[in-house]
Amino acid sequence: MPETSTTAGAGTVARPGSPGARAHAVAHQFEDAEQQYEAANLGMWVFLVTEVLFFGGMFTVYVVYRSMFPAAFAAGSHELDFVLGTVNTAVLITSSLTMALAVHAARAGGRGAQVAWLAATMALGAVFLGIKLTEYAHKFAEHLVPGPSFRFAGPDAPQAELFFSLYFVLTGFHAVHMVIGLGLLGVLTTLAWRGRFGPSYFTPVEVSGLYWHFVDLIWIFLYPLLYLIDRHH
Amino acid sequence: MEAARPAVHYLNADYGVRSWLFTRDHKRIGLLYLASITAMFALGGMAALLVRLDLLTPAGDLVSDDTYNKLFTMHGIIMVFFFLVPSIPAVLGNFLVPLMIGARDLAFPTLNLLSWYIFNLGALVTLWAVLTGGVDTGWTFYVPFSTAASNTNVVAAALGIFISGFSSILTGLNFIVTIHRMRAPGMSWLKMPLFIWSIYATSFIFILGTPVIAITLALVGIERLFHIGIFDPALGGDPILFQHLFWFYSHPAVYIMILPSMGVVSEIIPCFSRNRIFGYSFIAVSSLAIAMLGFLVWGHHMFVSGQSVNAGLIFSFLSFAVAIPSAIKVFNWTATLYRGSIWLQAPMLYALGFIGLFTIGGLTGLFLASIGIDVHVTDTYFVVAHFHYIMVGGAVMGYLGGIHYWWPKISGKTYPEGWAKIAALIVFIGFNLTFFPQFVLGYLGMPRRYHVYPPEFQVLNVMSTAGASILGIGYLLPILYLVWSMRYGQAASENPWHATGLEWQTPSPPPTENFSETPIVVDGPYMYRELDAEEVKRVA
Repeated sequence: MPETSTTAGAGTVARPGSPGARAHAVAHQFEDAEQQYEAANLGMWVFLVTEVLFFGGMFTVYVVYRSMFPAAFAAGSHELDFVLGTVNTAVLITSSLTMALAVHAARAGGRGAQVAWLAATMALGAVFLGIKLTEYAHKFAEHLVPGPSFRFAGPDAPQAELFFSLYFVLTGFHAVHMVIGLGLLGVLTTLAWRGRFGPSYFTPVEVSGLYWHFVDLIWIFLYPLLYLIDRHH
Repeated sequence: MEAARPAVHYLNADYGVRSWLFTRDHKRIGLLYLASITAMFALGGMAALLVRLDLLTPAGDLVSDDTYNKLFTMHGIIMVFFFLVPSIPAVLGNFLVPLMIGARDLAFPTLNLLSWYIFNLGALVTLWAVLTGGVDTGWTFYVPFSTAASNTNVVAAALGIFISGFSSILTGLNFIVTIHRMRAPGMSWLKMPLFIWSIYATSFIFILGTPVIAITLALVGIERLFHIGIFDPALGGDPILFQHLFWFYSHPAVYIMILPSMGVVSEIIPCFSRNRIFGYSFIAVSSLAIAMLGFLVWGHHMFVSGQSVNAGLIFSFLSFAVAIPSAIKVFNWTATLYRGSIWLQAPMLYALGFIGLFTIGGLTGLFLASIGIDVHVTDTYFVVAHFHYIMVGGAVMGYLGGIHYWWPKISGKTYPEGWAKIAALIVFIGFNLTFFPQFVLGYLGMPRRYHVYPPEFQVLNVMSTAGASILGIGYLLPILYLVWSMRYGQAASENPWHATGLEWQTPSPPPTENFSETPIVVDGPYMYRELDAEEVKRVA
């Protein structure tokens, strides 16, 4: 058997690791902690690309129908609760701040601060979902949930129903992402409580933070698209 | 260098069902996928055989109209979503990507295992839908039939595909991160094997396309369940929008199926012509070009949907443009054969078959990209024949070629070469006999998805059914002799094909950690001339 020209040998080549990044166990498939950290980060970014396309499909549907039925979408938008939607936007942006502070605390290493910021993020996320649920309940009572019991005054009723279909699908999938985020944060809080994160190992906090900010960002698009159509009139 | 079969390798490092069901080893997960998709292939194949049997007679005497609709739907859904899409990436890709780039495993082994469970869950949900009443929408789920008219298990089938989509996404994500971050020292981008390039391009389609089909099918399910109008025109929706979203994934999905096969062929051709690959960087870049352009041509499925003439013209032009990177590959493979020492082993037979059949499939694709001809042959057997030349003549030939080529590495045993050559020949003959008559049928006007047809089409239909039976035998043979070889085959050497590439530098079967030492890459991937010169010197 000839020796092939791409030779195996000479042993493992060490790569420069980030200082102090070796305290946490490196999984067997990685050369060092830095490679592991980079892989986890890239993995989450790639996943978020997928998420962009997932919501992108829904946004496409929204854009098509809104351009087809602008009046019905404006009429439907006026039925949404502007105050609750705006408060929820503020709540979610604040939760992104606390999440960023949690990542900062994880890098710095203070256990109390980590737990506090993670818990604050969870609390704000829960408030968001609570307000969202209240809005859903109102819509249900007002017969604005699409389906057989949908009631809408005016000439655009079928198209307004389309708007509410999209409203529930878009905010519903967003809420599912929030619930998953809360689950992630719950695990992180437990781990932070046990002192697992510090300057040498904070990847899960940082990666979950990326996810949380992304879900926040989706809402930043949903809020004007759903609540603010023709509000300046 | 002739390494004896190693005492401990990935297959015997651990025993028992649990050691397989909880494995994180990419090689074992590749084999788990092999088992799953082979079962799905058998089911989808049986449905196809029943369809063909029913078409033996013009009156469709075998099954009822409804059953016929359910059979071709079952065939399409299973073959597209549960065989072709995962075939090469999830089996050969899982097994080979870390080996070919000199890594110990994929970046996320647990996610990799999870993807297999998700895939099986999706497959079971879909099979449940098929067994408890079936689905009759065709694999394309066109609205408003699927949301308002069909009273079959559309939601369950869509849910199964939705679930299995996550396994595609996780697989693609894992490959992208692994290829970016875990290549062995010295393996720069332009020293990567072309199989890795094609898997890399495929992974991008996985992560960009799959979420769109997921949300589209979710919307179909929501529309059916809650009777809200998203696509149903009776409820204010637009059915054409569904077609746009569906084909935004489902056309690139064609390239999910064919790109990995092109990668396999790019490995086999240089090895069995003992030649450097011609135009390495062109083949590598053309994979990315196909992945990118593939996202811009979905409208050629909708020439008769009433989309605007301008859209039709642009989609037609872009569809012609995709032919360029595809042709670049075919020309480069052919140029690699030129003045090579052709070695006609079974993998090479499949690779050569791929080149010929893919070329026919690709050229008839240009017929369909021309709007005038497309209007004439839309929804006829011409379309069926065209995509089977790509999917079966292309993708499945590449898959079988790859399975044979890497079988010594995967199993540590050699397969019976004589039987393999006979099987390759049977597949080639059976395939052409099945599908070439369908080009003629379609051009003469026989519509697809009908099981009753005018008597003058019977001769061609009988030929096609006869071909399908031969093809079935051709597929059965490898299953039998490959399983046989696992127990009774001769032990394979480390590098039975005298091939280049890192995967051939570790024992067969490889140890769990793949390499005893992380390899260092110095040269490009296809140095066959140099390799053989050294061999001659050594013998002399």
